[in-house]
Amino acid sequence: MDSISFLIEGFALAIQPANLIYAAIGVMIGTAVGVLPGIGPALTVALLLPVTFKLDPGGSIIMFAGIYYGGMYGGSTTAILLNTPGESASVVTALEGNKMARSGRGGPALATAAIGSFVAALIATLGLAFLAPILVKVAVKFGPWDYFGLMLIAFVTVSATFGSSPMRGLTSLAFGLWLGLMGIDQLTGQARLTFGVPELLDGVEVTTLAVGLFAIGEAFLVASRHLHKPEKPIPVKGSIWMTKEDWGRSWKPWLRGTVLGFPIGALPAGGAEIPTFLSYNIERRLSRKPQEFGQGAIEGVAGPEAANNASAAGTLVPLLTLGLPTSATAAVMLAGFQQYNIQPGPLLFTQHADLVWGLVASLFIANVMLLVLNLPLVGMWVKLLKIPLPWLYAGILVFASMGTIAANPSVVELLLLTGFGVIGFLMRRYDYPIAPAVVGLILGPLADNALRRSLQMSLGDPMILFQHPSSAIMIAIATIALIAPFIFRGLSRFQHDED
Amino acid sequence: MTPRPIHTPNRPPAVIAIVLFAIAVITYWDASQMTTRAAYGMSASAASYFVALLFAVLAVGHLVSAFKPSNVEVEVADWKAVGWIGLALCGLIGSIWLGGGFILGSTLLFALTAHAFGRRAFLVDLCLGAAIGVFVFLLFNKLLTLALPQGPLEKLF
Repeated sequence: MDSISFLIEGFALAIQPANLIYAAIGVMIGTAVGVLPGIGPALTVALLLPVTFKLDPGGSIIMFAGIYYGGMYGGSTTAILLNTPGESASVVTALEGNKMARSGRGGPALATAAIGSFVAALIATLGLAFLAPILVKVAVKFGPWDYFGLMLIAFVTVSATFGSSPMRGLTSLAFGLWLGLMGIDQLTGQARLTFGVPELLDGVEVTTLAVGLFAIGEAFLVASRHLHKPEKPIPVKGSIWMTKEDWGRSWKPWLRGTVLGFPIGALPAGGAEIPTFLSYNIERRLSRKPQEFGQGAIEGVAGPEAANNASAAGTLVPLLTLGLPTSATAAVMLAGFQQYNIQPGPLLFTQHADLVWGLVASLFIANVMLLVLNLPLVGMWVKLLKIPLPWLYAGILVFASMGTIAANPSVVELLLLTGFGVIGFLMRRYDYPIAPAVVGLILGPLADNALRRSLQMSLGDPMILFQHPSSAIMIAIATIALIAPFIFRGLSRFQHDED
Repeated sequence: MTPRPIHTPNRPPAVIAIVLFAIAVITYWDASQMTTRAAYGMSASAASYFVALLFAVLAVGHLVSAFKPSNVEVEVADWKAVGWIGLALCGLIGSIWLGGGFILGSTLLFALTAHAFGRRAFLVDLCLGAAIGVFVFLLFNKLLTLALPQGPLEKLF
C-alpha cells in the first residue's frame, strides 16, 4: 500500500526533535485555550492562528494538528467539569459527564473521555490515512463543475443541519456569501462591494470573521447575561482512574462511537453533532444500566466523546482531499493552510506530499501526547477554570484583537472585528447559527470561481453542469436537501447549534 | 429565561427582514455599477445578483415569520455590560487610530472589559492589562517578529 510508505515518511518528518516540540507546544496551548469555558476548537484554532504565522509551514501545520486535537480534548474537560460546553459537539458529553462530576466521579468521566478520544482519534486518523489517497485519485478527475456541485451540497447541508431552522441557517450562509463577494474579483479585476474603502479590496479575512463572530460575539453574550448565571467548576475528587467496571462499560461505546463518527464526519454533511447525538441514543438503548442515563452513565460520556473525535478526524478527509471545510473548525483550519499559500485539495497530495503526511503523522503523535500529558495534568487544567470570568474574557478580547492586528495592522480590520462581534452577539441572541457564515465566506468565492470556469469552458452554456452525470447528481442532491426541510418540516429532527 | 410578553409584536424578524432587504438593494446597486463584462460565460456581477436575490428571498421569509408566533425565547440582556465591552473595543481602536500604540490600547481593552464583567478594581485591572500588553508585545514583536502598532510606550523597548 502507498499509504504505509507515505505514512512512514511522514513519521520520519514528524519525529524530528523540532517538530516534536512544535507538536507538544500545540497540544499544550490547544488544551489550555480549549479548556477555557465557551471556547471550542474552532475558536481555539482561530485565536492561535497568528501565533503560528511566522513559523515555517511544516512546523506550524504540525503545531496546528496539536492545537486541533488539544482544543477538542480541552473542550470535553470543560463540558464535564463546568457544564459549559464550548461547542455543540460537547453538549452530549456535558449531559452525562457533568452529572458524573457532580456525584464525585469526575475523574473517571475525564479518563473515559480522554481514552475514548484517543482510541477514536487513532482509528479515525488511520482511516484518514487510507481513505484520503483513494479520494484523491477520484478528486483529480473532478472538473470545475463537480467542485461547484460539491460546494452546493456543502452550502445546503451546513446551513440546513446547523441552527434551529433552515431559514436561519441560510441567512447566516447568505451573510458569509455576501462577505465573500467583497474585494477584487479574481477573473476581471473589478472591485465588488468595497464602497471605496481600499482596505476592503483584499476581501474579508476568514480569521477576522471567525474571531469576531465566535470570540467577541461570545464575550458580548456572556457579559449581557453574566449577572443571571454564575458558574463554578466542580472539583475533581477521589481517584481519576477508571475501575474495572468502568473499562468494561466504556470500550464498546468507544468503538461504536468511532464507527458512527468517522464516516459522518467524512461526508460533506456538516459537523460532529449528529454522530454524538446518535451515539448517545444508541448507548442509552444498549446499556445494561439504562436507568443511570440522566444521572451520570459512563457510556454516555465514552460513546459521544469517541464519536466527536472520530468525526473531527473525519472532517479532515474532505478538507485535505477536496479543500471542502464541512465544519467551523475545518473552515478555520482551511484559513490556516491558506495563510501559507497552501490550498488543500487533490493537488496538495502531489505538490506537498511531505507536508500532508507529516501532518497525518503528527496527528498520531499529538494524540499520544494528549493521552500521556493530559490525564496526569488534569489538575493543572482545572486550575485554568478558576480564572475569574472578568479576567478571562478581558484576556480573550486582548488576544483576539492582537491576533487580528498582528496579521493585518489597520484600524479598518479592528472595526470589522468589532462589527462582526456585534453581529455575532445578535446572531447568538436571536438563535442564528454562526458556522454557515464562516463556511460561506470561504466557499463562496471558490464556488463562484468554479462556476465561472465551467461556463468559460462551455462557452457560456449552463447545461455543462447537467451534462456531466457526477455534477448533475450532486446538484440534484443539494436541491433535494434544500427543499426537503421546507416540505417535511417534521423530518428535521436534528436541530443543533454550530461548532 | 424570560419569554417575551405576548402582547408585543414579533419585532426581531421584521427588523431583520428590513436589514436583509437593505443589503439586497445595496448588493444589487453595487453589481449594477460593475461595467466590465466577461467575453462569454458569467461576468463578475452575476454572483452579486445571485446573493442579492438570496437576500431578497430571505427578507420575504423573515417578513412572513414576523406574522407568526415566535418560537425563540429572547433572554433579558444586561445592556450596560454590552455597552462597556463596546467602549473597551473603542478604547483599543481609538488608541491605535490616534497613535497611542498597542500596549495602551490593550490595557484599556482589558480593564474596561473586566469592568463590563462586573469587576470594580479598575486600577488593579489597568496594571494587569498593561503587564499583559507588554508581554504580548514583546512576544509578538521580538520573538515572532510580527509588527503590532507602535506608540510612545512601544518605542521604549
